[in-house]
Amino acid sequence: MKQLLILSGKGGTGKTTIASAFIELARAKAFADCDVDAPNLHLVAKLTAEPQRKDFYGLPKAEIDAEICIHCNRCRDNCRFDAIHKNEDYHVDIFACEGCGLCAALCPVKAISMKPAVAGELILNDKDTVFSSACLKMGSGNSGLLVSSVKKQMKDAAENADFAIIDGSPGIGCPVIASLSGVDIVLIVAEPSLSGFSDMERILHTAAYFQMPAAVCINKYDVNPGNTEKIVDYCQENSLPFVGKIPFDNEAVRAVNSGRTIVEGSGHASQAVREVFKNTLEILIGLGDEDDE
Amino acid sequence: MKIAVLSGKGGTGKTLVSVNLAAAAKDSMYVDCDVEEPNGHLFFKPEEVKSRQVAVEIPLVDGDKCTGCRVCVDFCNYNALAWIGGELKIFDEICHSCGGCIVLCPEKALKGKEKVVGQVQRGKSEGVTVFTGMLNPGVASGVPIIKELLKETGGKEQIFIDCPPGSACIVMETVAAADYCILVAEPTLFGVHNLSMVWELVKHMGKPCGVVLNKCLEEENPAEKFCAEKGIEIIGSIPFDSELGLLNSNALIAVRENAKYEKLFRDLLLRVTREVRP
Repeated sequence: MKQLLILSGKGGTGKTTIASAFIELARAKAFADCDVDAPNLHLVAKLTAEPQRKDFYGLPKAEIDAEICIHCNRCRDNCRFDAIHKNEDYHVDIFACEGCGLCAALCPVKAISMKPAVAGELILNDKDTVFSSACLKMGSGNSGLLVSSVKKQMKDAAENADFAIIDGSPGIGCPVIASLSGVDIVLIVAEPSLSGFSDMERILHTAAYFQMPAAVCINKYDVNPGNTEKIVDYCQENSLPFVGKIPFDNEAVRAVNSGRTIVEGSGHASQAVREVFKNTLEILIGLGDEDDE
Repeated sequence: MKIAVLSGKGGTGKTLVSVNLAAAAKDSMYVDCDVEEPNGHLFFKPEEVKSRQVAVEIPLVDGDKCTGCRVCVDFCNYNALAWIGGELKIFDEICHSCGGCIVLCPEKALKGKEKVVGQVQRGKSEGVTVFTGMLNPGVASGVPIIKELLKETGGKEQIFIDCPPGSACIVMETVAAADYCILVAEPTLFGVHNLSMVWELVKHMGKPCGVVLNKCLEEENPAEKFCAEKGIEIIGSIPFDSELGLLNSNALIAVRENAKYEKLFRDLLLRVTREVRP
């Protein structure tokens, strides 16, 4: 299965808008939303059936039995995550606890046990097409583990699909790193602002760190033509494939708000996204040939 | 007063709002907790910048002392240690720096070594103290950097915290430090969906909050409707405006460029101040 991952560094540049358009254009049999912290792809994915949902367990969290605890403070002294608080009794801040288990290992009277903890929900639609997604529980950590599970769920459910599109999360941290593993190419959706430029550089460095091939497109390019030019030049200087630019289009907001993808209209943006899609696929197919040799 | 600016969804205008509020307040502090993609410094272009690296402690093995008992391997819930080919391997990138292996090793064969994960920078831009955290590419967690930032946040009456997107543990850290939360929402269904997630988080943490509607168009605003349904106070709205968009995309501070925007953000600042200290 060839996997295309869409990232941006900066939030709100149009990852989900472009992912949903690509899914429509490719008639993709498998796709996933790895933005487990703020998932949105389901809002435009035109699902026809209720999905299956199951609890996702992150690492177990510590729990202190106040009856047994002798207030020796060893757990609190050794917790690097400041997750153990002392009022009258000792208790664990489950949002801060990262489940390392050191407190339980050190407690001299075995007052601490590690309890299974739900960190989110895995969601799967597999009627007609496979759509794998998840929702991280509020304030939870372990988003990298959940992202890996979303991708595994997609692969397991769509064994025969030859192509998959994955919508990623903003940033460069844990969930982004988890989403990178095993994909064939990353499409970076940049935006022509100086913030967007800085964030694009950071996500490109991250992709390079994990030796992941990347291509770049610009969304809302006409909002600032000068910055658009800077991004195009940057790509040229760094030998990064540039796959196209998409104009700002009010139609995009309307499409999203009525649960449609941008390519269902005939506006300027729709045409441009088709071009970006075509160019990205050509690169992906080229990479495939290299793999076979 | 410490004001956290949040959004759930990325790109709704957290940085626009927090940078311009800090600039409108004049004598204030701006703290950029979006350490994965910090952008506020691009706007403020601070001077007299002092940087400091932030490091976490990861284990280093002394092969002569290690007997291969594997206590550390069995303990590590992150699988950051493995016994391979008669040797202890440590995978720095997976390590969460809990320190457990170092504490538990019966031979004291493991000791801590510093791993730099990013930096904090402090500088000045007119009356605004600009405090920024930056995560190094390839590093998974920005939490240690945010903790470092929040530890040193203070010294000014008015503090504005630019939060990371989402509603995960990293956002919770920043909300916990705030007296009041501003939720920035854009008029799309995506924006509303993520606004509802971050609103739940703020509510859960018992923090007072209000919504600023950004990129408002003439048409129906799903975010406004959501606020009305849930009884959330709308404390300001910023029109969709290509002039503001252009200033913002060139990393210019609207408040410092144009009296019209100065008034807009001064009014918002007054409103926020009233909300915090009625």
